[in-house]
Order: sequence, then structure tokens, then C-alpha cells
Amino acid sequence: MATDRAVVVQDVAKSFGAVIALAAISFSTAKGELFGLIGPDGAGKTTLLRILTTLIVPDSGTALLLDHDTVRDYRALRQRLGYMPGRFALYPDLSAHENLAFYASVFNTTIAQGMRIIAPIWQQLAPFANRRAGALSGGMKQKLALCCALVHAPDLLVLDEPTTGVDAVSRNEFWDLLARLRSDGLSIIVSTPYMDEASRCDRIALMQAGRMRHIDTPAAIAASYPRPLFAVRGRDRLAMLAALREYPHASSAWPFGEVLHYTDQRVGYDPTLIADDLTRYLREHGRVDATLAPIPATIEDVFIALGQDIIPPVEHAA
Amino acid sequence: MTDSHTEPFALNANTEPLALNANTEPFAINANALTRRFGTFTAVDAITFNVTRGEVFGFLGANGAGKTTAMRMLIGLLTPSDGSATVAGIDVVHDPEGVRRRIGYMSQRFSLYDDLTVQENITLFGAIYGLDDRTIRERADVLLDRIGLRHARKDLVRRIPLGWRQQLAFSVALLHEPQVLFLDEPTGGVDPITRRRFWELIYSTAAAGTTVLVTTHYLDEAEYCDRLTIMVDGAIAVTGTPGEVKATYGARSLDDVFLKLTRPSAA
Repeated sequence: MATDRAVVVQDVAKSFGAVIALAAISFSTAKGELFGLIGPDGAGKTTLLRILTTLIVPDSGTALLLDHDTVRDYRALRQRLGYMPGRFALYPDLSAHENLAFYASVFNTTIAQGMRIIAPIWQQLAPFANRRAGALSGGMKQKLALCCALVHAPDLLVLDEPTTGVDAVSRNEFWDLLARLRSDGLSIIVSTPYMDEASRCDRIALMQAGRMRHIDTPAAIAASYPRPLFAVRGRDRLAMLAALREYPHASSAWPFGEVLHYTDQRVGYDPTLIADDLTRYLREHGRVDATLAPIPATIEDVFIALGQDIIPPVEHAA
Repeated sequence: MTDSHTEPFALNANTEPLALNANTEPFAINANALTRRFGTFTAVDAITFNVTRGEVFGFLGANGAGKTTAMRMLIGLLTPSDGSATVAGIDVVHDPEGVRRRIGYMSQRFSLYDDLTVQENITLFGAIYGLDDRTIRERADVLLDRIGLRHARKDLVRRIPLGWRQQLAFSVALLHEPQVLFLDEPTGGVDPITRRRFWELIYSTAAAGTTVLVTTHYLDEAEYCDRLTIMVDGAIAVTGTPGEVKATYGARSLDDVFLKLTRPSAA
């Protein structure tokens, strides 16, 4: 039965020995949706993607992709899936062109037939078509891997951390490519440890320790931040951080780029009253140059809030 | 959310660096027209910069800009084609071995042996650095208490969570009390809290007098550095405090600076 769902995952669990990689995960994605799995290493992203791409079998639960069961219909499903694994998995001794021709032949197609899909990406690679894949730069390897994953015109593209270890500008360019593929109607699932990439997705799942802690649009997740949040500026960042954490109503304080993010425990208070009181407190404690401004939360703030009940505290030597 | 999670690391007397002997060099790192060519390709093109003692110095650049090659010369693993550099006052060309004894190095990719226990890793690296058994034992206790890992002493490293593994690798790199610590993308893939905790470890290490040079792809982390440099095509494009660098390019963020430098046509 055809549905509007690209992926339907029901109670999928997977353990490796005593390690629970995935704890009964359920979610679904719509056709044409760009869905992001956001989380640090060890959250279970790769295990989930390997189950979806039929490479490993879950201990329990079911996953349907494009109405194919990942265990029973794996052969039919593989024809319709494009998969870009986290590690560079192409043949380093073959040229870029030879790698692409090989992947096309595996899927009983040709580069010419695939060109409709891959042309915008392949254009950037064409000058290096005869270079050994192993000798390509990191960004070019990534684009070649994407071409190889797309050459058979899949209906669903699965990418496992395509931007890990890639510099900020190249990451941005890669997301532009994904946005273009999405606007052509392709369904995409992509994982990333970079929180700032979440906003490029239609919906995201925040993953942590084998669980999905939150599934929604990036804006809705950011808006769900439960407590008043402020950006704090001041010259001596370490001393400011310490002073903020000493404030009796402090929930947390962390460095965030050029500012500090301070979260207050008092939900429902007027933020300007909190800011006034905290500014006074900081002045009394020697932080005379402190400036505060209420700000909306980012995905990273939400993730930190989720994490604070999981990661054990660091013990002090003193 | 409990308060214990928000506390900073305590500064620790045991992380004080060794006395600097008769070394009067004011800079922890001093690179002068440092150059490395591979065949006809110039990977690092006459870079000149200083890092002051106790500074946290960010070393940024796009993939392939030459950061790793420059770092390998500074840690005595690769001989420069031209130019010179001293690290902890020692010449990297004439005494790379002397440099290696005075520095610590941690990379995201390789730092610890996964199939040894936490204690075995500490003992192994302590022995490699030439520390005696008693010193290794004493420092291991301090180090494990500092990161709260004493209970996991006998666990295989591959069985402990990534965030802890990274803090352990960082601590092991400090075992021989180096004067300069090189961190090559130390926070890749770790969760946002661990990433920030890690930076607090860096701060407290620098506050105790150890100089830190760090590479990262997270530009928000570059804001935490005292000063930073951005490499483009093998050369240094800009050096300064994060504020100075942004002012130089009239940019709102280091992201914008990075974009202007690495994709001049797009900016």
C-alpha cells in the first residue's frame, strides 16, 4: 500500500553485547522531506542508518522504507536507496570517473542515464575526472561519494555524517547541494554531529545515548527551551562564567562563541527583571562590565539542556 | 538540571609546568618564514607567527590549507624545507627530539590505545615520556581525580564514553608536564556539553602556565582563543585576537571572516 511516508520505523532496537546502541526507536519521515539525525558520536546515528540501509538487522522492531521492509524486502529496497557512508568507501586506486562508472554498473545503469540527477555536482568534479579518487581533496571526495550514491536515481538518499571533519565553508556548500536535491523532490535522511546544521533540515531528531529525545522542526525544538536564556558579555570570560554559576538562581552558564549563555531557573518571570537583578549581582561581585540580553534558544542550547541530566559531573581535585 | 553540572574545573597545583631553566625565550612558539614543500607543491609558505607563554592560540584554516603540515613541523615530526622555528625555546630543525620532550600532543584520531585499560594507557605513556613508576602513580591519581575517572581505572579505554576518552587523552598528553600542548581537532564529534567542558580544561591548563595551540572546525570555539591565525593556501592570512580579526574584515562573526578568506568570490 503506497503512503506519503518515506520512512516508518517502529520500536527498532539494537544492542552490541552489553551496549544498547538503539533503545526501541520509533519515527517516520514524509516523502520529499529532508530529515536530520542530530547527535554526538555514540548516540546511535550510524547504527540506525545501517539498519535503514539494510546493512544490519535490528534485534527487534520494524523499519519500512518506501513501503519495503528493510529485512524481508532488502533486495528491492537497495535498488531505490542511495547511501553515502560515513567513511570514504570508494576505490582509491580507481579514477573519479571509473568509480562513478563502477557504481552505475552495479545498479545496472550508466553514467549517461544518471547525469540528469548528478549533473550539478559532477560539473564541479569534471576537471578531476581522471584523477585517482585517493588523491582528491576532502571536499572533492565527498562530492564524488555523493555522485556515486545518486547515479542510479534513488528515491531516498541516506547520508551518514557527510560533513564531519569538513571546514565550515565546505559544509555550507554541501548543504546547498542537499537543498537542491530536496527541492527536486528527493527524500533525504542525513546525520550530523554539528548542531548548527540542524536549521538546514525540515525536521530533526535529537539523538542521545541510543534514544530520540526530541523530533520536530528545528524552530519548534528551539522554541521548546524551557527556561529564560540570556547572552552575557564581559571582558574576563572565565571570571564571568564563575560569577554567573554562583548566582543563586542560576540553572547553567556556558561559553557560546563570543558570548556566554546563561539560563535562569525562574520560569515565567519577566526577563527584564531577571536581567536587572543579575546585572546588579554581577556588579556587586566585581563584574562591572557585564551586559545582558534575553535571547531565543538555539538547537545547541536545547541539546545541552537535555544532556545535563545524563553526563556525570566532573569531580574536583581541590 | 543540578548545580553540580555547571561547576567549572578546579585549577590544580599539579598542572604547573616544570621550571623553565635558563630558557629566556619569551615565546612558547616562534615560527619564522617556516616553509615546507612537497615536490613542486608548497604546502606551507613562509609562515611567521609567535605564541606567548600561557596563551591559548587557535590555528584555523580550510581543509588543505596547510595546518597539519605546519603543526607536524612544530612538533618535530617533519623537517622544514626553509625557515626556522623554536618551540619551548628549542630549535625544531636542530633538536626535534628536544622539542618532543617538551611538548604534549593530542589528536582526535589517535591518542590512546583502545584495547588497553585506562591505567595501562597512563603507565605506557608515562614510561614513553621517561617518568619513573612512582611519578606515574602519583600523577595518575591526580589526573584521574581531576576528570572523575578513578572508578574506571581498570576499564578498557574502548568501553568508556567518548567524552571521557577525550578528557583522558588530554590528561595523558599533560602527563610529562609539557610546556606547550598541541591539540589537533580535539573536540570533533563530541556532544556540546563535553565540548565546553573540554574548553574549560584548556582554560585551566593555560591558566597554570602551559601554552596551548589548538586546531578546530568549530568557529564558535575559535572565539574562546586568546589569539588565532587563519591559514589560506599555505600562508597566514590574518593573526590577532578574535575581535581584531573580525574588525580587520568588517565581519560580524568569524564565520563571515572565514567565508571571505576562503571563498573570496562568494563573499
